[in-house]
Amino acid sequence: MGHGSGGRLTSQLIEERILPAFRNPALEALDDQAVLDLGRGSRIAFTTDSYVVSPIFFPGGDIGSLAVHGTVNDLAMGGAVPVALSLSLILEEGLPLADLERVIESARAAANAVGVPVVTGDTKVVGHGSGDGIFINTSGIGVVPDGLELGSAHVRPGDQILVSGTLGDHGIAVLAQRQRLELEGELTSDSAPLHGLAQALLVACPGVRMMRDPTRGGLAATLVEVASRRRLGIEVAEAALPVKDAVRGACELLGLEPIHVANEGKLVAFVPEDGVDAALAALRDHPLGRDAAWIGRVTSDRPGTVVLRTPVGGMRILDLPYAELLPRIC
Amino acid sequence: MGMRPSVYRLASALELGGMVRNELGSVWIEVEGPQDRVSAFVRDLPGSLALPARVDELEASPLAPLGEDRFVIAETLTGAATAPPAAIPADLGPCDACLRELEDPDGRRHRHPFINCTSCGPRYTVVRSLPYGRERTAMRPFTLCDPCAREFEDPADRRFHAEPSSCPTCGPRLSFVHSVSDERAFGEEALSAAAKALRSGAIVAVKGAGGFVLACDATRDEAVAKLRERKHRPHKPFAVMGRDLAALEAVALLDDDERSSLRSPERPIVLCRKRDGSPLSSRVAPALGDVGVFLPPTPLQHLLLADGPPLQVMTSGNRGGAPIARTNDEALAALHGIADAFLLHDREIEVRADDSVVRMIGRERAPIRRARGFVPDSIRLPVDGPPLLAVGAGEKNTVCLAGGGRAWLSPHLGDLDHPDVLEVFREAIARLSRFAGIQPTAVVHDLHPDLRSTRWARESGLPCIPVQHHHAHVASCLAEHGRTGPVLGVAFDGTGLGTDGTMWGGEILLADLQRCERIAHLRPLPLAGGEAAIRQPWRLALAALLDAGESVNRLKWVGPRLEPARRILEHGSPPLATGAGRWLDGVASLCRLREEITYEGQAATELESAASSCPPQPAFAFDFTGTRIDLRPAIRELVRELDRGVGVPVLAARFHATLAAAIHVACRRARDEGGPSVVALTGGCFQNRRLSDEATAHLESDGFEVLHHRLVPANDGGISLGQAAIGSRLLAERPPGRSD
Ligand SMILES: [Fe+3]
Ligand SMILES: [Mg+2]
Ligand SMILES: [Zn+2]
Ligand SMILES: [Zn+2]
Repeated sequence: MGHGSGGRLTSQLIEERILPAFRNPALEALDDQAVLDLGRGSRIAFTTDSYVVSPIFFPGGDIGSLAVHGTVNDLAMGGAVPVALSLSLILEEGLPLADLERVIESARAAANAVGVPVVTGDTKVVGHGSGDGIFINTSGIGVVPDGLELGSAHVRPGDQILVSGTLGDHGIAVLAQRQRLELEGELTSDSAPLHGLAQALLVACPGVRMMRDPTRGGLAATLVEVASRRRLGIEVAEAALPVKDAVRGACELLGLEPIHVANEGKLVAFVPEDGVDAALAALRDHPLGRDAAWIGRVTSDRPGTVVLRTPVGGMRILDLPYAELLPRIC
Repeated sequence: MGMRPSVYRLASALELGGMVRNELGSVWIEVEGPQDRVSAFVRDLPGSLALPARVDELEASPLAPLGEDRFVIAETLTGAATAPPAAIPADLGPCDACLRELEDPDGRRHRHPFINCTSCGPRYTVVRSLPYGRERTAMRPFTLCDPCAREFEDPADRRFHAEPSSCPTCGPRLSFVHSVSDERAFGEEALSAAAKALRSGAIVAVKGAGGFVLACDATRDEAVAKLRERKHRPHKPFAVMGRDLAALEAVALLDDDERSSLRSPERPIVLCRKRDGSPLSSRVAPALGDVGVFLPPTPLQHLLLADGPPLQVMTSGNRGGAPIARTNDEALAALHGIADAFLLHDREIEVRADDSVVRMIGRERAPIRRARGFVPDSIRLPVDGPPLLAVGAGEKNTVCLAGGGRAWLSPHLGDLDHPDVLEVFREAIARLSRFAGIQPTAVVHDLHPDLRSTRWARESGLPCIPVQHHHAHVASCLAEHGRTGPVLGVAFDGTGLGTDGTMWGGEILLADLQRCERIAHLRPLPLAGGEAAIRQPWRLALAALLDAGESVNRLKWVGPRLEPARRILEHGSPPLATGAGRWLDGVASLCRLREEITYEGQAATELESAASSCPPQPAFAFDFTGTRIDLRPAIRELVRELDRGVGVPVLAARFHATLAAAIHVACRRARDEGGPSVVALTGGCFQNRRLSDEATAHLESDGFEVLHHRLVPANDGGISLGQAAIGSRLLAERPPGRSD
């Protein structure tokens, strides 16, 4: 399989090979979390995610904090208040014990900071060569407030698109570390829990249509998914995308575009036109949303397509690559 | 096209009875009379036709006599049940007779910007639907006045059924708008206002044949600089239109072939050697040895050049990779802020066609961009197959429909990443399908999954036939020569996805229209940052130095990016590319010609230009073992020579000589091992005259037959034809919808 990059092949793999085996309404929504109606008006959000990252320690975090933040964020994007987490470890023989301790401590601190307990878990050890040091799976449940309806089904033409901060920080921090780039400037993962930021946004702008944390595949993956699933057009102003100078420089070197690079502490929100000001103000008021920005809009033109408007008046179709880094220009 | 009057004249001269009738895509002629005169008719017909009529195929068979003694021109037959593919005529530049008339102060059409006759004028670009006839063109709103109608009906007249015929009384009308002053003018005054604006250094958007063009005085630095700035186009060369051949001779060194190309009815842009001390602004084609020049393809442009500056930049009227503006409204919106003024008229351009570009390479007129004047002429395929569609690659794209042994190429469409170009791509497929009467039953596409054309093909619902990029290049060259192979295909270009998941582009393939075997290729270079390495050739220089074991200190001028780029090469997993274009880019950068490019192929093109002043040079050393042409010895030698202070022109020439020698060596070995002695030179690198000429000289003097492109571009603009040829061959073997 060459399906690991989070691009087209991954979504194809899921939709063609995995989804058909389990079809049910909660799964079919393909949101980052399933919302389950327990009757008597109470709904819970349920999510699970596995974490594989190399290297496991990177500037701004490690696989332990990442595993907590990622699952908290998947709950938060559904508007849910996190209630409890599970944590499963798959350890490769030979993993230094000090590394394991560091990861566990980091996960504990992250869960503590969010105020969500790890209530169950599991540990397996696999033989040397069968793993990449450490893999972590976390699951989480959260409570969805009454009356809250979020999801791509609610997005419509005219909606505006906001992001809560700079793009690509996590992916570039990891890549720079992996390729030993030793670049000038700060390249730190943005790994952070978004439950507080999401709640602040929902309070200020109750009309929010949907939220997502654009992780693997970057903002592009989220936008392309919404556009193609809903047959809507999306226009993004390239000049409006917030990107740190150091990240921009590293992206340029690596031949990547920040919009395709993973984030671990950012959310993208689709909001109705009249909610933009309140939503932006609420995001910017929060410490994790200081660099929040308007980046584009939903249209009825070019259904199914995300278009990037370039600063010099050009336009370019934005899509998920099948084959990362394979040049298309002749 | 323009067939019936000629047929009428010949039949009448031979005193034959019968009739001539246009049918969809062909002409039906019945002649009746004594055997010898009927035979004379068949014999003389092809040679008696006025331009642009020509005979592609002539079929003659006996009919029962009807006793006709008069020859008549019958109505066009429409709606035939089994309509053969239609021949839609291409646009043609003004003929000499029309140009004389245009300048005749006593004539009815003195200075009429829309003058034409059966031998010239707009065709493809004004067609709305078939069969070709005035009612189904953009001329429909213009009712012929009485004198024009009489000419139109008179079989002896030059304008007999000249569908777009008109005169100042009944034809389209010019208008002029200044974007700042809002000054407006119409007709003759519009023309003089536009000429005046151009003389004062303004940029004027002009409604051309197949789309809007942006014009400015090509001798004024500030005008050209302004156009560059507004179009965000810092270096890519502009084409220059000249009032007449004499005006062009002042800026370009022309030979007879180039002169006749310039004058040909297709009126292409011809890339010619720049003349030293020419009045052209140095900003027209910076750092290049050639300049693209052409003569006015429309009477409107002819008048504008006569009244305005005699040398004008004419570049496509678009913004940021969008399709060329077609309607007045589109132009006014898209070119707002670029054009100071607009010269418009009220005849619609129905179909876009950019200006075509050719370059004389060896003895052939090689197309660089195939559009106005050439489309939609069909190309005969060496194989017959079921109806199919080929969608090309990604850049400079064309699409091709094939069926019944013929192929119809769309004009150059542009780069498909722009959403509006993608829309034009979809329209082009639908229109070609209507015009050629072909409903495709399969679609042929490139192997690269991320090309928009590939994605479109996969979503089309048609059975898909993937074809490797360089196999398609070779097949396009075979197809246009009516060959089926096998051939030694030298496919040298930038990058195209190979069958092994790496990027190819320095390939020597043993290929026919079905199979393709990679028998030799250039050593691959790693692309630090993928596409970024193509935009920044210094990364290729770095890769080449590291690969050759040379110090990278000589690239200190790159600055702080050098070290991290080296780490990407050492610790990342950069894609590998064998492209000859990449090696040329890397060498150009080693010679410090170009650090970053602003248009495709810039570094390699500038390397060719650097070599152009230099007589033939010996090749650098290279190794050839197994299937790999190892250029590391050449890089090492080049570095030594740079250190010795040898000039860039010599080094550029030597590197070209090296690639040519490598091609020869690889082809010779293939022939020695039983391979064919025919070589096809294809891929964008063979637009490089020096490389093409040197490789051809080596090969021909060693007894090879060498095929060059002459109908479709060697670049990716020709890919769709090659795909169509391969698809036809494969489907002729098996029905669509089934895989092996
Ligand atoms: Fe190519
Ligand atoms: Mg997730
Ligand atoms: Zn004429
Ligand atoms: Zn008239």
